[in-house]
Amino acid sequence: MSEAETRQKIRTMILETFMNGAPPEKLKDEVSLERAHIVDSVKTLELIMFLEENFGFTVDNDDAVPENFDSVDAIVAYVGRKQAGG
Amino acid sequence: MRVSHVTLLEEYMVRSAEAHPDKLALVFKKKRLSWGEVKAEAGRIANTLRGLGLQRGDRVVLYLDNCAELAIGLFGALAADGIFVIVNAQTKADKVAYVLNDCRAKIVITDRVLEAQYAPAFEQAKHLEHALVIDLGDGPAKIGGVACQDFAGAVAKAEASWPAVKKIPTDLAAIIYTSGSTGDPKGVMLTHHNMVSAAESITTYLQNVKEDVVLGVLPLSFDYGLYQWLMVNQFGGTLILEQSFNYPAAILKLIEQEKVTGLPVVPTIASILRQWEEKGTRLTNIRYVTNTAAALSLTHIETLKRLAPNARLYSMYGLTECKRVCYLPPELLDTKPLSVGVPMPNMEVFVVGPDGKELPPDEVGELVVRGPHVMKGYWEKPEITAEWLKPSPHIPHEMWLWTGDQFKRDADGHLYFVGRKDDIIKTRGEKVSPKEVENAIYALPGVQDAAVVGQKDDVLGQAIRAFVVLTEGTKYEAKEVIAHCQARLEGFMVPKYVTFVSSVPKTPSNKITKKNIWDHSIGARVGGDEL
Repeated sequence: MSEAETRQKIRTMILETFMNGAPPEKLKDEVSLERAHIVDSVKTLELIMFLEENFGFTVDNDDAVPENFDSVDAIVAYVGRKQAGG
Repeated sequence: MRVSHVTLLEEYMVRSAEAHPDKLALVFKKKRLSWGEVKAEAGRIANTLRGLGLQRGDRVVLYLDNCAELAIGLFGALAADGIFVIVNAQTKADKVAYVLNDCRAKIVITDRVLEAQYAPAFEQAKHLEHALVIDLGDGPAKIGGVACQDFAGAVAKAEASWPAVKKIPTDLAAIIYTSGSTGDPKGVMLTHHNMVSAAESITTYLQNVKEDVVLGVLPLSFDYGLYQWLMVNQFGGTLILEQSFNYPAAILKLIEQEKVTGLPVVPTIASILRQWEEKGTRLTNIRYVTNTAAALSLTHIETLKRLAPNARLYSMYGLTECKRVCYLPPELLDTKPLSVGVPMPNMEVFVVGPDGKELPPDEVGELVVRGPHVMKGYWEKPEITAEWLKPSPHIPHEMWLWTGDQFKRDADGHLYFVGRKDDIIKTRGEKVSPKEVENAIYALPGVQDAAVVGQKDDVLGQAIRAFVVLTEGTKYEAKEVIAHCQARLEGFMVPKYVTFVSSVPKTPSNKITKKNIWDHSIGARVGGDEL
């Protein structure tokens, strides 16, 4: 899957599941999902489960930090690193 | 009962700053502030507020997520002789405007990230004069009649010494808004005496010492979150403040790094911690774990005991109207895990029948509370206040708090929470008025009836479900109703499930009744989330 496809898939999930089908322009890729109140603790767990199911890797507990998940950009970069075997 | 001779809430900060000015008081992200520093910053905020015209008893609204400015700002409001009101950052524009107008706030402290909500709220605010905005940047300097200026810019110029105040301990320190069964939020009025009394009782049974390092992940807009900081001020400890529990791994790392000794949780957090506990995480520095908002299940209790093997675990019960009522002494956890224990020091409770007479053991009645921590009433709502604060049957000059919670006592006098008299939903540790959610749903065109209920949920405590009847010809999907609610309500109030039904059960007088709503909906469901 290309980075653009990964990004699209993650954006679609966040827009559909956490923002109830909001238009794409409402989700900026660099914005903090936490500060924008798009995720809470339960949704963060849902997001991690979604990544595990759709991208075929396991998120280690130690990886579940804002640096990896707090924006679309951060998630795309994290998925890229995991897929590269990092 | 420890006696500290403090009568005004902010004296706790002054005393801690005098006793150990260089000791660490507050950690928020990269900020690490000593008691001397937080006191100086509170002084600068107080003088800034005074400079903007704040007078004794004026209300300062802090519309912010957990951050250093919020923790210190509320003491700034007190040091300026004002009353603080914290509004959860998840609150949407209309409700922000409601609170600003209801308490007639003069000054608000907020953050530019919340502009989409505060700008329309300021337009509707009738009494608000000034806003101090964190990271205002190129944001508007005037919204409606409200003058906005950058928080840091304004505060940096002010004097650090605290101004003189005129208040006495029976003056209000805070107004805390809480969900009411009528749908309109009610402002719980708490005096300095109320809050100092509650803080002292709680730190007495938790046996807090100044070496305690407490984790603050719960919002300060929620009284349980707020008191962590107030109590840290009292015993001169350290608060590790966080915005949320969104990243458990990061929080657990922080607990280790900062050697946290006090861990306050709600059942949702306990539930999330379970998977870490199962993978072997152990927090050995934790000296005590507290839980409130809803009872812990036996599974949660076992999880927390293994996760924090050296901790005393306190199950507690309380309500904003008096902060806290009772706690289960940790030594009783094995024999009476489902009890919420005994009244905290400094107060009394009674379980009474409809006639106000105390009931014998094991009979279920309403919990009634007396003590110095009982609120003065709801801000400018005398009728609702009269339903909650009523003259004591035994001491006629005293007003006791009728909690609306059903309780029983066992033969040893230990208390058990049985249920609510009203239909308030408890989810993620927050109270939600079904009426407030229903009102939001009714604002959607084509909604004929809406009935909102709580249902058991392993992680949330209760999840919110809306049963909705649409007028003929109207069609919505569940997610459209949810999106509509998200634009109007705090996140925790938004229904998780929306079920469309052809009708909802009604009483002969045509009022919606929720008693048989589940059974009724099996046959009446026409779409949306399954039952």
